[in-house]
Amino acid sequence: MDLSRLKFTKTHEWILVEGKKATIGVTDYAQHEMTDIVYAELPKTGQQVEAKQECATLESVKSVFSVYAPVPGRIIEVNEMVVSDPSRINSSPCDDGWLWKMDVKDEKESDSLMNLEQYNDFIHTKGQQK
Amino acid sequence: MIGHTDEERAKMLAEIGVSSFEELIQNVPESIRLPRISGFSSLTEQEICSYLTELENLNRKASDSICFLGAGAYDHYIPAVVDEICSRSEFVTAYTPYQAEASQGILQALFEFQTVVCELLGMEVANASLYDGASSLAEAVLLAARHTHRKKILISSTVHPLWREVVRTYLIGSGVELTEIPANEGVVDKNRIQELLTDSYAAVALQSPNFFGCLEDWSEVSSIVHNAGALFIAITNPLASGILKSPGDWGADIAVCEGQPLGIPLSFGGPYLGILAVKQELMRQIPGRIVGMTKDVNGKRAFTLTLQTREQHIRRARATSNICMSQTLMALSALVYLCAVGKKGIHEVGMMNIERSHTARDRICAVDGWKAMFSQPFFNEFVVRCPGDPLKLAEYLSTRGIIGGLPLASYYSEPEYKNGVLFCATEKNTAANIDKLVSTLRECT
Amino acid sequence: MSKQDISLIFEDSRPGRRALRFQEVDNKWLGEIPAGLRRGHPPELPEVTELEIARHFTRLSQRNFNIDANFYPLGSCTMKYNPKVLERAARKKEFISLHPLTVPSVVQGCLRIYAETEECLKQICGMDAFSLQPAAGAQGELTGVKICRAYFESRGENRKKIIIPDTAHGTNPASAALTGYQVIEAKSDKHGILNPERLKQVMDKDVALIMITNPNTLGLFEEHILEISRIAHEAGALVYMDGANMNALLGIARPGDMGVDMLHLNLHKTFGSPHGSGGPGSGPLGVKNFLKDYLPVPVVTKKGDDYVFDWGLKHSIGRVHSFYGNFLVILRAFVWLKMVGSDGLRQISEAAIVNANYLKAKVRELLEVPYDSQCMHEFVASAVSLKQFGVRTLDIAKRLLDFGIHPPTIYFPLIVHEALMIEPTESESPETLDEFVSCLRQIISEAHNSPEVLTGSPHNMPVGRVDETYAARNPVLRWTSKS
Repeated sequence: MDLSRLKFTKTHEWILVEGKKATIGVTDYAQHEMTDIVYAELPKTGQQVEAKQECATLESVKSVFSVYAPVPGRIIEVNEMVVSDPSRINSSPCDDGWLWKMDVKDEKESDSLMNLEQYNDFIHTKGQQK
Repeated sequence: MIGHTDEERAKMLAEIGVSSFEELIQNVPESIRLPRISGFSSLTEQEICSYLTELENLNRKASDSICFLGAGAYDHYIPAVVDEICSRSEFVTAYTPYQAEASQGILQALFEFQTVVCELLGMEVANASLYDGASSLAEAVLLAARHTHRKKILISSTVHPLWREVVRTYLIGSGVELTEIPANEGVVDKNRIQELLTDSYAAVALQSPNFFGCLEDWSEVSSIVHNAGALFIAITNPLASGILKSPGDWGADIAVCEGQPLGIPLSFGGPYLGILAVKQELMRQIPGRIVGMTKDVNGKRAFTLTLQTREQHIRRARATSNICMSQTLMALSALVYLCAVGKKGIHEVGMMNIERSHTARDRICAVDGWKAMFSQPFFNEFVVRCPGDPLKLAEYLSTRGIIGGLPLASYYSEPEYKNGVLFCATEKNTAANIDKLVSTLRECT
Repeated sequence: MSKQDISLIFEDSRPGRRALRFQEVDNKWLGEIPAGLRRGHPPELPEVTELEIARHFTRLSQRNFNIDANFYPLGSCTMKYNPKVLERAARKKEFISLHPLTVPSVVQGCLRIYAETEECLKQICGMDAFSLQPAAGAQGELTGVKICRAYFESRGENRKKIIIPDTAHGTNPASAALTGYQVIEAKSDKHGILNPERLKQVMDKDVALIMITNPNTLGLFEEHILEISRIAHEAGALVYMDGANMNALLGIARPGDMGVDMLHLNLHKTFGSPHGSGGPGSGPLGVKNFLKDYLPVPVVTKKGDDYVFDWGLKHSIGRVHSFYGNFLVILRAFVWLKMVGSDGLRQISEAAIVNANYLKAKVRELLEVPYDSQCMHEFVASAVSLKQFGVRTLDIAKRLLDFGIHPPTIYFPLIVHEALMIEPTESESPETLDEFVSCLRQIISEAHNSPEVLTGSPHNMPVGRVDETYAARNPVLRWTSKS
């Protein structure tokens, strides 16, 4: 995956917008923080979601992480592969480990999100604050 | 009970760097600090044993009595090996097995318990125990509501009345409502299930053997329930499951039991053992602890608590339940019991229960004025019509050294149950016991 | 402890082997059960001899840490010694063989135990009534939250929120959510305790309850408790106390004097009843007078010279247990309470507090104690300083096992990174505490010099570090003949 094509949220989701369709997943930083993911609970297809609405949860052995919709829209497909093999999210968070695809109402909604450089700055400063 | 002497404490305080104990509680506001609690003073171990003897004396008549009572708690023979193993301090004084490497003993035992429960009940996944049968039913109801996103439950009026009360209490504030299915001739009125069931119902909960002791025929129930998109919750007696058709065989999605009949003494009501088992697809919805098999870093077989992300210590407000502790030691008792009884023994003990209870029922009904209330098949409990005042019977029997004759009127207000009394006979009730019961009933009529 | 593999009991099973036999019964009796109601094939229960059972479970027991053999400084669990006389009492036929629905006149011994235990707990806590029905602390909490709901409903008030500190045990928000409440988190201040000013910001007339733990899960006494209760009561809200940490307060202060309206206790923590590897426990719920009528029924009261069950509580929320709660656990606590006595209670808490402070004074030389004000019966350390060596609290915990010490509570409370919550209890000797410290000292030295010893631990246990990820990804929750 060419990361420069992606936009990023402060809650560590990435979004790839292609016309009126988008693919969403969690970033490499996120999967590293979560450690081994053991289970993924994905949204239902057809579901309408708002921006920042919790759509999915990822579980490690000791924790649960919420995944939020970066933009509003309708879920059109979920990645069943990560349900049967959650380790994909760890090994390939921006490729095989994608979580869901959605119709986006307005492709401009993602303009306000961070680009790769901004996201890298964001996690760098976050890391220092720890 | 305290690990140090006064002299040792003085040294410890010095090492802490304070001159008196009071310095350690300076954050406690003075206005609420206590000088002393008055009221009861300490006893030596010897004195407490004497005091307990006084209390034991008050119970002796009851503990020497013959038990002919069931109603959710059963007097069964407990093999000596169960007591020996379950009183080992390695099991009694251990903590919850969160540190898997230090708890392989109990973890493996719980894994074995989960397995025997699945075998007995014909289900695919069981948890490592809940508090008791009643709260397990409540958890099953909440599970069904969560899973189906529906807010109504159909529950048979033949389900244990005290369990239904517990479910009602658990549902306070949940928005989930209970609707009762009426009974007919001592069993749930199956026709009414079809009539009452709509797509607002999350589950149908039935019990067999039911509170009256009657066995219910659940043919077609699971298809009716599943066609409505609801779950079938089946409550049963795990001891009877050695002979009776299992919840799994009936097509149940969730099986609930009170596990007390399996090697756990009557204990004046507790601790008992909540058993909950489900079909595979409900695995992640199940409350309570679950043990899974895995391996260690060297590839060796090992056991661990798993799927913990359902639980309160991780999900907190979004947990499947708030349950933290379970009844591990009682689960161990049930497991050892089932191993001691074994594949053949569970059938034998079941047969003895059938024989004793049917003999008792027939002999009671041979006494003038006494009649069976229902003509349904039963396992070890039955209702008979009492010719006298049913509310006075139990007290009278207890003066004669017999525990039994629970009046249905204590739990059901319908006039048809008015003079019904519940009796139970298990493998522990000898022929002589039954003689005594019968002659006592003959005298009181 | 034996390192040999222990087979599953099903693997030992052989057709035809048996332990117990029962008297034979004529097969004709099976005819009483219609064929359609009988199971088609017998359940696959183990077929083993009694020797195999005895050996199997004895060997399993040898793979279990337990208080009798090991020190358990588990914060908030109060793993104190369980006196054996409690077990002797709980095995007496006159207690163990009684059916719960026996007429009360012949089980006065049991009813007296209920009544006297309730009385003791009332005095200790400064509360007006107790229900002994809840079978565990979490169930006690649930009962309390249900009572809260019923109370406000009867007043026609539709309050929707419950305030819970960020240091609270997970059962608190779970109990609240299960009863349809919205959970509002109250953040502890820089001293690790609740701040009245911050509380005022979230308190309003929509709050039904504030759930606190005192001392809190950092082992710190909530100094502002009187002000906190006042703020809650002024807004018409109730105050609930999680009594898990009662071991710090016995004979020292009473929750009832702190403005607490409801609390639960853990008889298997503070009051000597053993943990049973994860139950049974008992979680009595105590209330002030104005909530008495909401308690689960029945309660035990005195009528003349006799004790009776009282079912007539006007607003009772119903029942949480099929019968009266875990009687044999209550019996054990009763025996413990009688042995300790009122004068002994304070000594218990004082010793628990001295032991915790003694341990803290030594541990803080080795690990950071982030909230370092006066702790009570437990304190929280952090192993964050060892992260630079690639060592985490989990590794320290697993290495302690090699020394025969059960680790403290780890990764709780959530507000401390790499937390270790340490509670020695009053039972332990200074030598045991010193030994713990010297093990910790060795572990820290290993962190500096050979961290792989820690990350690869435990080394001396029957199994190495268990793969929990594998267990969660591939759940195998029962044995099958194909396993």
